[in-house]
Amino acid sequence: MNDVLLSIENLHVTYRTDEALVYAVNGVNLNIMRGETLGLVGETGAGKTTTALSVMRLLPDKIGKIEQGKIYLDGLDITAATEADMRAIRGNIVSMIFQDPMSSLNPVLRVGEQIAEVLRIHNDKLSKSEVDRRVDELMEMVGLPKERKVEYPHQFSGGMKQRVVIAIALACEPKLLLADEPTTALDVTIQAQVLAIIRELKEMLNTSMLLITHDLGIVAENCDRVAVMYAGEIVEMGTVEDIFEEKDHHPYTVGLFGSIPDLDKNIDRLTPIEGMMPDPTVLQAGCPFYDRCPQRMDICNTEKPAEVMKGTHMIKCHLFSNVEKAANVEKVGEV
Amino acid sequence: MSAPLIETRKLVKYFTTPRGALHAVDKVDLKIERGQVLGVVGESGCGKSTLGRTILRLTEPTGGDILYDGVSYLKYSEKEMNELRKKIQIIFQDPYSSLNPRMTIGQIIAEPIKVCKTITGKKAIDEKVLEMMDLVGLSRRWINAYPHELDGGRRQRVGIARALVLEPSFIVCDEPVSALDVSIQAQILNLMMDLQRDMGLTYMFITHDLSVVKHISNYIMVMYLGQCVESAAPEELFKNPLHPYTVALLNAIPRPNLSFRNRERKIIKGEVTNPINPKPGCRFASRCPRVSDKCLQQDPPLKEVGQNHMVACTLYE
Repeated sequence: MNDVLLSIENLHVTYRTDEALVYAVNGVNLNIMRGETLGLVGETGAGKTTTALSVMRLLPDKIGKIEQGKIYLDGLDITAATEADMRAIRGNIVSMIFQDPMSSLNPVLRVGEQIAEVLRIHNDKLSKSEVDRRVDELMEMVGLPKERKVEYPHQFSGGMKQRVVIAIALACEPKLLLADEPTTALDVTIQAQVLAIIRELKEMLNTSMLLITHDLGIVAENCDRVAVMYAGEIVEMGTVEDIFEEKDHHPYTVGLFGSIPDLDKNIDRLTPIEGMMPDPTVLQAGCPFYDRCPQRMDICNTEKPAEVMKGTHMIKCHLFSNVEKAANVEKVGEV
Repeated sequence: MSAPLIETRKLVKYFTTPRGALHAVDKVDLKIERGQVLGVVGESGCGKSTLGRTILRLTEPTGGDILYDGVSYLKYSEKEMNELRKKIQIIFQDPYSSLNPRMTIGQIIAEPIKVCKTITGKKAIDEKVLEMMDLVGLSRRWINAYPHELDGGRRQRVGIARALVLEPSFIVCDEPVSALDVSIQAQILNLMMDLQRDMGLTYMFITHDLSVVKHISNYIMVMYLGQCVESAAPEELFKNPLHPYTVALLNAIPRPNLSFRNRERKIIKGEVTNPINPKPGCRFASRCPRVSDKCLQQDPPLKEVGQNHMVACTLYE
């Protein structure tokens, strides 16, 4: 039953601000299979969070807008769903974990109450004692003593608050979990604990996950497939083996790997990507990475590259448009 | 042999809280030789930023001593201290809150000169500012811009230019790249390493990122709850970590390499204990997988166990 759970087709999202129209997501295509973890990697402003918020239909009212494209979740077209439909879906079929655990919990409600809330909303038949029992179960599932359910968020540390958020997100055993930088605000030893819990529960409940992160290490250790996002587009996508072990890559992916100091190698200098991300208020005619790309060609500035597939590996770059050019790249690419 | 550029002796900083003394920095001894980079690594709340700020006397230490070039400056008057501050500078973590939003980039970089009067005359100051902007790779067209017009990477370049404008010899770099995206982080790290080499600067580089610290440092100090638990050269520390906390820290880093995907994980349980009035004994004891009764009796002293490799743990006594 390895079929598609989430399918995003040609998604375009804009934000209308006072000054300009911001093109946040520009033609994203992706699929997540049942039980699969897809890592979405990219830098600030790449459109990762916007993509996730579109699936939740939580884009800021009147500002963010899905201009084009379809999102199918378990066969249902999210872009056409009514607000009432969405309320039944959120927390029940798809949940989201946000980066900052402090601001995603209500400071004046006991944590047990916050976990119970989502249970009650989606199961009106549950009795009070059943809800209580389930809250205790969930607390223990995420490694918190159930006696602490009467405490308030400020009495918990960052890592424990994130555990509460995970308990809320998984309370109704959703089919899809959107985890938006779930451990970025945490220390590395606590990050390891939280990621272990997410992995374990995901396995147990057979939940699919979209894991948004900027940390390639987290991707390598937690994901089945990876999508690399740049300036609102997915520039490369494939299995973790495609991304971490294959030779051919989008120049942006190469730059991303060159920017992180490797613990296992001694290198004198990092090889960063020069320049900055393009202005998101200007729609690029060609490849969004053109300005910063060390291997750019004339065609890249004028024509959008197609998504070139090689098995499970997709690269959206003119260098790979045909075989001849791809052979050329390997020589240039080995710097 | 000359004295180390910066040295602390049993440096202590306690903060008074309603519930007792918070031990932020607890008897830290360190030496930084001229032209070297000391990496200080640890998790949030371990006292690494307080250590940096205390060395600059931005907060006054509770006890111990700090020496610059072999001379203690704890008793310096404000005037003497201002003179010394030309030599010791700091770069802050957050390039958003550490720049005055009402000053232009030119004014921000010129401010230390105006305060310390190292250069006089408007023209000479302007020239110096432009020289600094070139040095840190900031386009001259930004001189009249305000911080909000700049992205994080450029702002951090302003922070670096401001720290360098007085031509200091020692800089405390307090998580200078943590707020930046990886591609920008790499640009700033390269810039800082180039400047360090070309100008013979000495850095104390504070970070929570072990791969960054390994990349930039000549010597690394691992801190846990105000104390130095282990220190060694980078290769030695990463090849042969001794303190159980260092081992746990190295184990917890996610590696961007599939060969680590199925490694056996040893994730340490629990969280950092309360730094207010800590019990005697090793601060890590409550989370340590190899704890024994001995650990709870007294603070384990920092001992040299190999060449330049120090560790504070009862396992290596």
